[in-house]
Amino acid sequence: MAARFLPSVLAAVAGGGILWLATDGARAFTSEAARRLDVLQSPRKVPEVLLEDMASRPVPLLPQAGEVVLVEFIYTVCGDICQIAAADFAEIRDRLQGQGVQVRLLSVSFDPERDTPEQMAIYGDAHEADGIMWTIARPEQKDLSGLLKLFDVTVIPDEWEGFQHNAAIHVISSDGRFSAVYDTDAVEAVVAYLGEAQP
Amino acid sequence: MKMTVLALLAAAEAIALRQAAEASPVQHVLVQMPLLVLAGVLISWDMRGRRRVWAVPLLLTALTAFLFWMLPRSVDWALTPAGETAKYLSLPLLLGVPLRLSWPWLAPVLRGFLKANVLSMLGVLGFLYTHAPLRICNSYLVSAQQDLGFAFLQLAVVLACIWAVPVLFGHPRWLPSGSAGCSKCGA
Repeated sequence: MAARFLPSVLAAVAGGGILWLATDGARAFTSEAARRLDVLQSPRKVPEVLLEDMASRPVPLLPQAGEVVLVEFIYTVCGDICQIAAADFAEIRDRLQGQGVQVRLLSVSFDPERDTPEQMAIYGDAHEADGIMWTIARPEQKDLSGLLKLFDVTVIPDEWEGFQHNAAIHVISSDGRFSAVYDTDAVEAVVAYLGEAQP
Repeated sequence: MKMTVLALLAAAEAIALRQAAEASPVQHVLVQMPLLVLAGVLISWDMRGRRRVWAVPLLLTALTAFLFWMLPRSVDWALTPAGETAKYLSLPLLLGVPLRLSWPWLAPVLRGFLKANVLSMLGVLGFLYTHAPLRICNSYLVSAQQDLGFAFLQLAVVLACIWAVPVLFGHPRWLPSGSAGCSKCGA
């Protein structure tokens, strides 16, 4: 009797186990969800990288002196999501400024060839990024692929000479680790997270 | 022998579609992956799953592989070197072969149940992929995702028609007999 059911039971248990593992315990069905979960569980060390901002000055990617850095990956001529995301980013800046939280916001271009400092300044002006608390910056071409890999950002060319990418707000905590990912419109969640991080 | 050659052809065609799979999820999920499953079905075409007792475990193995490759994150993973290798091996060996070996032993009601589930699943996925406000696979464009959704719906309609004919009108004489209407999937 047992011999009749045993193979089926084993196959069912093994199959269920594989699917359980493959979805991180039924918590992540997409690669975006998987990356967010992975970052929460094991924050990733961010290397020392210098970016070039709207005024051609070097800015560090890593947090300085106890601050938290929020990073969005963008390209300046982005038609849809980056524009909305930038408006939300501005709102986060305003809210955090009001609370006196030590934070820096970075919009990092993944198209450094086209996004020159002049081009980034136009984008910055359009969204009232003044370069103090929030600035637009580009990495050197040689650092780009490493950054995209570290943050698990997939950039694919679209039909209109632009790009589509998994847009999000990436948190680098004050210990220099990439430790959380939020939706670009999750203003409340980001503000709450920073309120807890720096009471 | 003939079936082995056909299986190798299907596998070769699937591998030839590598570039296309990267560009289009329809090519990836609805052409390349089914070709790999087909390769597995064909390679085991003349094997006889001799013992009924193995039918259910084999079916469960096939279902596990099927559900695994249906996960959006698996589709993204299949474009990385490790995932690609896993795809080429597991779709024929863990889906095609077990499906072929178990299918002849499955009761008609169970076959009907599986087919009905495939149809409803395609419908749900089609709706999800055409209406999702965000990208479900990071590797593909929104427009490509919507194409895939419509392709799922079209496939559901075609399969529903194919599977409904024998149920409604009896088994046509010109089809190979002995199957429950699905001559292609190894019955």
